[in-house]
Amino acid sequence: MNDLRHRIHHNGGLLAAIALFIVMFIIYISNHPVGLTAAVATTATNKAVLLALVAMAQTLPVLTRGLDLSVGMVFILANCLASVFVVGTIGEGLLGIVLVLGAGALAGFINGAIIVWGRLQPIITTLATGAVYYGIALYVRPGPGGDVQSDIADLATGQLFGVVPAALVVLLATVLIVWLPYRHSVLGRAAYAVGSNEQAAYMSGVPVQRAKLLAYTLAGLLAAIGGLMLTFNTYSGEASSPIAGTYTLNSIAAVVIGGTSLFGGWGSAIGSIFGAFVLRTIEDLLFVFDLDPLWQPLFQGVVLLAAVSLGAVRVLRIRNRLELFA
Amino acid sequence: MSESKTPANAIPVLRFAVDRSLVIAFGCIILMLLGGALYSREFLSPEYLLQQLQISAFLGIIASGAMMVILIGHIDLSIPWTVTLGAMMATAVAGWYGETGNVLAIPVGVLCGAMVGLLNGLGVAYLRLPSMIFTLGMNAVVQGLMVLHTGGFAPQDHATEAMHFLAVGRPILGIPNALLIWIVVGAITIFLLTRTAFGRRVYAVGNREAAAYLSGVNTNAVIIGCFILSGAAAAFAGVLLAGYSTKAYQAMGDPYLLPAIAAVVLGGTNILGGRGNYLGTIAGVVLITLLQSILAVMQMPEAGRQIIYGLVILVMLLAYGRGEIDRK
Repeated sequence: MNDLRHRIHHNGGLLAAIALFIVMFIIYISNHPVGLTAAVATTATNKAVLLALVAMAQTLPVLTRGLDLSVGMVFILANCLASVFVVGTIGEGLLGIVLVLGAGALAGFINGAIIVWGRLQPIITTLATGAVYYGIALYVRPGPGGDVQSDIADLATGQLFGVVPAALVVLLATVLIVWLPYRHSVLGRAAYAVGSNEQAAYMSGVPVQRAKLLAYTLAGLLAAIGGLMLTFNTYSGEASSPIAGTYTLNSIAAVVIGGTSLFGGWGSAIGSIFGAFVLRTIEDLLFVFDLDPLWQPLFQGVVLLAAVSLGAVRVLRIRNRLELFA
Repeated sequence: MSESKTPANAIPVLRFAVDRSLVIAFGCIILMLLGGALYSREFLSPEYLLQQLQISAFLGIIASGAMMVILIGHIDLSIPWTVTLGAMMATAVAGWYGETGNVLAIPVGVLCGAMVGLLNGLGVAYLRLPSMIFTLGMNAVVQGLMVLHTGGFAPQDHATEAMHFLAVGRPILGIPNALLIWIVVGAITIFLLTRTAFGRRVYAVGNREAAAYLSGVNTNAVIIGCFILSGAAAAFAGVLLAGYSTKAYQAMGDPYLLPAIAAVVLGGTNILGGRGNYLGTIAGVVLITLLQSILAVMQMPEAGRQIIYGLVILVMLLAYGRGEIDRK
């Protein structure tokens, strides 16, 4: 009993995000003109999985008390690279996928290397590297266009057995292959320790540098998976800085809604996935309820601000005012 | 006595750090001018330099506000749409109220920016939300308001005579008005930071907020004050930008966020707060404007421009912005 209560308390943010998503998704489906069919679910997931992957990417640096403002740019870079390299036969396409994911991981590794060995602040480092990655994306694809291996693309954005959206399977696979092993590895635990208190972690012999490096590298990899999925959805690449900016912004919001602390050491990528789903469902709700398009940006902004303001509940629980400044 | 020993040690170290970043930043400016001069003699002409300073002024005013917020260890990501807000509200007021509107335009624009800053400050100070995420949300809200404003009311978007005059006029010895305004804004910032109690408190809060609080500083008021200054500065720059391009338009502030933060940080201000001086910010602003100008003159494609821009910021920061190893 105590164990259960502890678990509920420990995962409060995650559970709240899941509950919020379920409620909103039920409202969405019950007001949808067609209702819940495989096609509607697939369209919804294809959009939501993109943000979910980028939000997962953002979670890892945030857990180490860092931040990656270049996730959106890596996402776009992977999109542009995929529109050039993931073409031809299925074999060549698969090779291209490996190349794109490798490039994403390399971009993340460079971020991590500059932060760890260059000892620069994550915010300013990733702002600058983001400009570089965006420049490379523009170089690869100066104008929108390109192509993608259609067999792989259809497989990744269609339905499995005619029911399950394949994008959801990709997301699940990413969680099983990347997140869960990472979470239970030494370096994954180290990332949480670093986020809680870096000096204490260092004094306890936690591999601080390797933990940070791995967190940023995996963030690059996850953002690249997102960029790959975007290419499978649009069949083209576009170096668009507004899209990159929106994904970076929304990834941070998704991380916060998913119950991960921006102060590090607390939260999970699973929460961020549901945070991303919540944000996407808000957009779909606006569509279903036929809100005047002029009001949509304001409404989204207010919801975003309200969602992040939930974090202020922390202030009410604090007994000693000095804890406010921590 | 250990009390007298600490400041005696701290000051030379601090001065050295500031000096090194200043020397490197100004050195880079001179190198870039000389490099540009090899490409074309135009780069050293007074007309080109004055023009660069005029363009720097807009970024300089925004960076003055951004610096106040960075000095207290926070960050203002609502700058892009606050710039646009200032421009749009100023032109709209001029359109709505005719003659009176022309007089009110600039104060109203700046006031709207200050209001955004006030809300940012309240959220960060009293709700204790991370400034990065709260100001991002605020940016989205202001964007929504402006979309509604321009779409729903179709307000005037032409700049008034006064705004145009302030942004591009050169009545005194051929010195651009925008540059003079930046000099005034800069002088006020320097005065605030070095000669007033408020300035001392800004550095104190940036160094360790808990310590400042225990010393009797109303830290929340300092935080709110800095965010108001940042919002007002961004909106004022927006008003001038509207005058410069003769109209206010959507997303006109978007290209100014990264350069403003980069200028402050390249100028040696610690992004974690508590350290930095305005001379460095001036160097950072001029450096970034020159870099953008040279890349544009050399007709570098956008891709190369972005890559070089990012790399220059990284290399310069690696040269002097590295954090100390703090593991005692």
